[in-house]
Amino acid sequence: MTGTALVRVDQVGKTYTSGVTALSALTFSLNVGEIVAVVGPSGCGKSTLLRLIAGLETPTTGNIRLGYQDDGAGIGYIFQDPTLLPWATVEENITLPLRLGSDPSHATLSVDQALALIGLEDFARAYPRQLSGGMKMRVALARSLVTNPQLLLLDEPFAAIDEIGRFQLDEQLISLWQQRKFSAVFVTHSIYEAVYLAHRVVVMSPRPGRILGEVNIETLQPRSFAFRASVDYVQACNLVMKILTSKAEEEDQRLRGKES
Amino acid sequence: MKFLVSQKILPSTLMVIVALLAWEGLVRSTKIPPYVLPAPSDIFASLIQDGGSLYHALLVTLRICFIALSIATLGAISLAILFVQSIWIERALLPLAVVLQVTPIIAIAPLLLIYLPNTEWALIICAAIIAFFPILANTAQGLVSVDPSHMDLFRLYKASRWQVLWWLQFPTALPHIMTGLRIAGGLALIGAVAAEFVAGSAGVGSGLAWRLIEAGYRLEIPRMFAALFLLAATGIAIYAGFSGLTWLVLHRWHEPIRRNS
Repeated sequence: MTGTALVRVDQVGKTYTSGVTALSALTFSLNVGEIVAVVGPSGCGKSTLLRLIAGLETPTTGNIRLGYQDDGAGIGYIFQDPTLLPWATVEENITLPLRLGSDPSHATLSVDQALALIGLEDFARAYPRQLSGGMKMRVALARSLVTNPQLLLLDEPFAAIDEIGRFQLDEQLISLWQQRKFSAVFVTHSIYEAVYLAHRVVVMSPRPGRILGEVNIETLQPRSFAFRASVDYVQACNLVMKILTSKAEEEDQRLRGKES
Repeated sequence: MKFLVSQKILPSTLMVIVALLAWEGLVRSTKIPPYVLPAPSDIFASLIQDGGSLYHALLVTLRICFIALSIATLGAISLAILFVQSIWIERALLPLAVVLQVTPIIAIAPLLLIYLPNTEWALIICAAIIAFFPILANTAQGLVSVDPSHMDLFRLYKASRWQVLWWLQFPTALPHIMTGLRIAGGLALIGAVAAEFVAGSAGVGSGLAWRLIEAGYRLEIPRMFAALFLLAATGIAIYAGFSGLTWLVLHRWHEPIRRNS
């Protein structure tokens, strides 16, 4: 970690036109080359935070500063679903960002390299319907990396994948990070996945989302599967769990006190 | 594939054969005269005997039908694209499209016959009006049925309006467009025939509808049935043709088409 911020989220709030406040005065930063995992209860605004960083939503209050040129190529986004175009082959899906607004000169990966990166060399001409859930997600990963983005945003990407497939995708993500050294915000419901993948875990409160606390994961990357059985891993998981439960209870009591 | 084809076609083929045999048996056993109800064999004989004029008339009707369908397809898809580009255009033009759809073509045809320079164009426009709305409605529906996450993806990569239309909205709308075409194909034929009935034009350039009217005037009932048979067979062929085209265009990726094929 260099400590240089790539993304600065400063006192950001988001209230939708329906009147629902998803985020409230949220401050957060992401350093260059860092993976930050964001955990929190359902509906706490984790996905909203990613959408705000990506520019898909505009904040109601506060501001977001990006340390890169926002021309579409600097960012990779992996949604909860693979969002592959069903009428396009794997190859066409991967090269989609290059055919859209992104400058093709940003591409540092050929299609063959991208396919090799995700281990799907034999499926270049396959359609998404011919792939398993895990394979589709790997294609989405390759698509998000084809422009060599500095920032990768992942919105519970492996939530619908079975446990073994999920472990494999975690390993693949770490391996890709080692090769490309991108910065990433990884939203997940799984504390165990968050601790395994991230340099830092950010814990959010129930809606309206605010940051309850952060846990730095000291174990160096790349982490091997053995890390999942280590004392450090278990302690970090417990710490995140503690922040999530105790602070959430405090928050709940505080809000109840306000109401009464 | 052979199994599937036989499984799909066999029941309807058997049904048609049984119905024709029953019809033939009923007419022969009860000695119904051909000018009241001709037997299928009489209709078949008429098809052979009057083949030349009937097939020529069929070609005329088909020509009108397909020119009309091409005009309707081009016009409806272009208008649907305009609708999704601007809500103002949609609000301004949709009522006109609905008026054309709900006004009976039989009532519009005489006016078109007066205003347009020749009968053939009046027939084409009548058929096009009938075929227009299903394509317009289905295409417009398809163009706005884009998955919101796909739209987010295109926004993220700063796709232009044209790229969104061509690479996202159009492929999303394709199954809807094909549904519209399957419906419109049959309607174009109905429109062409209905307009021919109104125009009532005779001569070498007349279509199947006129042959039907002509046979009616002469009480050539087997010939009427033969013309009717040709019309029905043409309608089925158009529907089957568009179903085949739908399969060809969509079978690689569209799951419902794959399941039903």
